[in-house]
Amino acid sequence: MDVVIADDAVLLREGLRHILERFGHRVVASVGDAPTLLAAVDRHLPDVAVVDVRMPPGFRDEGLRAALRIRTEHPKVAVLVLSQYVERSYALELLESGSGRGVGYLLKNRVGEIEDFIDAVTRVAAGGTAIDPEVVVRLLESRRDHDGLEQLTPREREVLALMAEGKSNSAIARALVVTEAAVLKHVGNIFAKLLLEPSDTEHRRVAAVLHYLKG
Amino acid sequence: MGIEGGPWEGLVKAPLRVPPSSLPWRSAAYLLSGFVVAVVWLAGTLVLVAVGVVTVPIVVGVPLLRLLPHWAEALGRVERARLRLVDRRPAPSPHQGRPLLREAATWREAGYGLLLCLLGPLNAVALLVLTLLVGGPLLAPFWRYLPGSPSANPSWQKVTADPALAWGASVAGLVLLITAAYLVTAAAAAEAGLARTLLTAPPERELELRLIEVDRSRARLADAFDNERRRLERDLHDGTQQRLTGLIMTLGLVKMELPGADPEARKLVERAHREARETLEELQALVRGIHPAILTDRGLEGALAEAADRCPVPVTVRMETSHQRPPESVESALYFAGCEALTNLAKHSGASRAELLLRDAPGRIVLQVSDDGAGGADTGGGTGLIGLADRVAAVGGTVSLSSPVGGGTTLRVEVAWTS
Repeated sequence: MDVVIADDAVLLREGLRHILERFGHRVVASVGDAPTLLAAVDRHLPDVAVVDVRMPPGFRDEGLRAALRIRTEHPKVAVLVLSQYVERSYALELLESGSGRGVGYLLKNRVGEIEDFIDAVTRVAAGGTAIDPEVVVRLLESRRDHDGLEQLTPREREVLALMAEGKSNSAIARALVVTEAAVLKHVGNIFAKLLLEPSDTEHRRVAAVLHYLKG
Repeated sequence: MGIEGGPWEGLVKAPLRVPPSSLPWRSAAYLLSGFVVAVVWLAGTLVLVAVGVVTVPIVVGVPLLRLLPHWAEALGRVERARLRLVDRRPAPSPHQGRPLLREAATWREAGYGLLLCLLGPLNAVALLVLTLLVGGPLLAPFWRYLPGSPSANPSWQKVTADPALAWGASVAGLVLLITAAYLVTAAAAAEAGLARTLLTAPPERELELRLIEVDRSRARLADAFDNERRRLERDLHDGTQQRLTGLIMTLGLVKMELPGADPEARKLVERAHREARETLEELQALVRGIHPAILTDRGLEGALAEAADRCPVPVTVRMETSHQRPPESVESALYFAGCEALTNLAKHSGASRAELLLRDAPGRIVLQVSDDGAGGADTGGGTGLIGLADRVAAVGGTVSLSSPVGGGTTLRVEVAWTS
């Protein structure tokens, strides 16, 4: 698939290109700031854009703003945002943008875990969601004293965390080495205990869980 | 020379030591240079006013007239420097750094300038008369050696012609010289006193000004530190961190390319990969301690919420902020105060829950961190509370700590700022 990379650090851009090409993807553009990113996306309409949050000129959240714009202007282009640190609101802002499909929020450090990174890119490009496990851990920890969460069994908490990361039922089943039916049962229990509306699609499920965790 | 402090002090305390000292000569120099300054200043003022008024219609005049307060301030500066001729005490500027036109000091300087224009010529004339009055008799014995007696006064000619009379006149001239020394010194002391009253900050005001200056310099230092920290953070972020991330990516790829390789080699690569990741994490923790990127990006709210997230004790975060962001130095002082409070409560309080509240009003911001722990925190014991208070004080804020034994701890940091 076609990928646009936006990061102001040349070294990282080249590293990302290398990894993506190693897995047979095509890097159609590799840019260093937000305006060029928007232009490149307009021109190439890639399957996915991998975007660093912090970019020139302001070195604040230009990358995130650009990602949100891509979401509304080109709903078919998936966006994977890379961030230096955990900022819970980023993930939610992304999930709430556009259709909410095909977004990801990863910590930059995660890029070194090649399989995880490639898995996130492909998942996002296919319309799924990818939220960094670290973000999910933070959310769970900040709400650890919450009544609803306290009712969950340890296994249900594991399932909840993987769900929040955007993993599909089958991926969760694989990760926990259980059957998909067992996962389905856990998911049902979790939604019941947290008083959440069961949702039909994965990204809505992620949004619901993250919203719940954000409190 | 034995005469210190103000010029009056010498005259009053040790009058006999005045004539042989350099003070009368410095006094004369003071009076005479005052005349020169007066002439130059008056000429400058007249030129500025005249040219300024005439050229107002072609706009040039406006900036010229605007120079007038600066011209008055310059006179004040020259006069304060000139004061040192007769008065060694410090002569601090009364200006407070506000626009010159709005400062009373400027107007006093202008008034003094006009006064000097009156006194300067009088001083010059008086000095000239005194010189002739004293110099004539003093030099009487040598008068007749001058080519062609310059005086037409017959009685004067008689005096200078007779050596006995001439020496008598010379002695009288010496007495006159000593009298003149007192006169000149007294006149200079009076005018120097006038200049001091009109042109310098009073002593208690001087102390106040010095305190303000110390405060400002402390704030400047804190600012400089903050800027340095931000620069360091950017350098580490752009340089070392990127390189490490690149290295980790490369090692990750190597790991992937080695599925069938020697298990020993694989193990080594995996170890390198892990160690590089740990190094990066350590570096990131270090950078966060220097200046967290999230503070620049998301402000205090984002940065403090993130710090609360990292605290092992559950923290309820309440943000009641709606006004303009405070200056960066205030933000970073509050951020590090918040981090210190969170670290302390996690380490020492044994609390099971805590609350972090950030609330602002225009130009004011309050951070409060409270817990339900053991209390009894004090500023000693290496809790870092002193450093925290210093840091907050440097941006003009205050820290208050309430920590009764068994009653939990509340730390409140309040900073009022002007942008």
